[in-house]
Amino acid sequence: MDDLFVRVITKMILPFIQLYGVYVIIHGHLSPGGGFSGGAIFAASIVLYTLAFGLKPGQKRMPHKVSSKIETGGIIFFILVGFAGIATGYNFLTNQEAGFPMGELGSVFSAGLIPIVTIAIGLKVMSTIITLFHTMLEEEG
Amino acid sequence: MKKIFTLIVLGGLLLVLLSSISELPPIGDRTNPSYNEIAEYYISEGAEDTGSTNLIAAIITDYRAFDTLGETTVLFTGIAAVVSLIGVFHHRKSDKEEEHHG
Repeated sequence: MDDLFVRVITKMILPFIQLYGVYVIIHGHLSPGGGFSGGAIFAASIVLYTLAFGLKPGQKRMPHKVSSKIETGGIIFFILVGFAGIATGYNFLTNQEAGFPMGELGSVFSAGLIPIVTIAIGLKVMSTIITLFHTMLEEEG
Repeated sequence: MKKIFTLIVLGGLLLVLLSSISELPPIGDRTNPSYNEIAEYYISEGAEDTGSTNLIAAIITDYRAFDTLGETTVLFTGIAAVVSLIGVFHHRKSDKEEEHHG
């Protein structure tokens, strides 16, 4: 898409979309949203960038190697966090009893396991959408 | 032979499913098994158990965290399927290009 307006507006709007995606992920245990929706919003910013600037710059911004590492890293992180419950003598993915700091109800740093898992899910969803989009565009072009 | 075996298996499955349909409770009935004490438990004890004010996040990432792990595995399976179908073609194309250069 060779349009000056689209490029300028995309450059202006991109950091706000990404900030909103990070906000939705971080506040997943306080407000509506969470890992899946926040990751989708963050991925939408990269999809918009690729649509406006073409596949090559988009892949330079988020290379396939990096996104596949993030994807596998997210799920491995999820599973390893879950093993903390087994290590302390409880079930897989135990939250409060496994010794995660609970914090104060309603603050950002609270709820122990939940924000950690939400961040892992957000990273995973984000890299999955970007990898799918770039792979399908590669096939076309 | 294969067709007869398939028909027998599918017919048996049909019988099982049809017989279980007749046992289903009516939709929206107050005494349905889905309207049990778990929903009330989540609302009254969820904040104390998980420390999260978002009850949905509390359920999907604490009470049902193992289910969410399965969901992320679904994403992984989906991307593995797409890359195995499309990515292989892409690699073959790049191999041909290398042959041209060499």
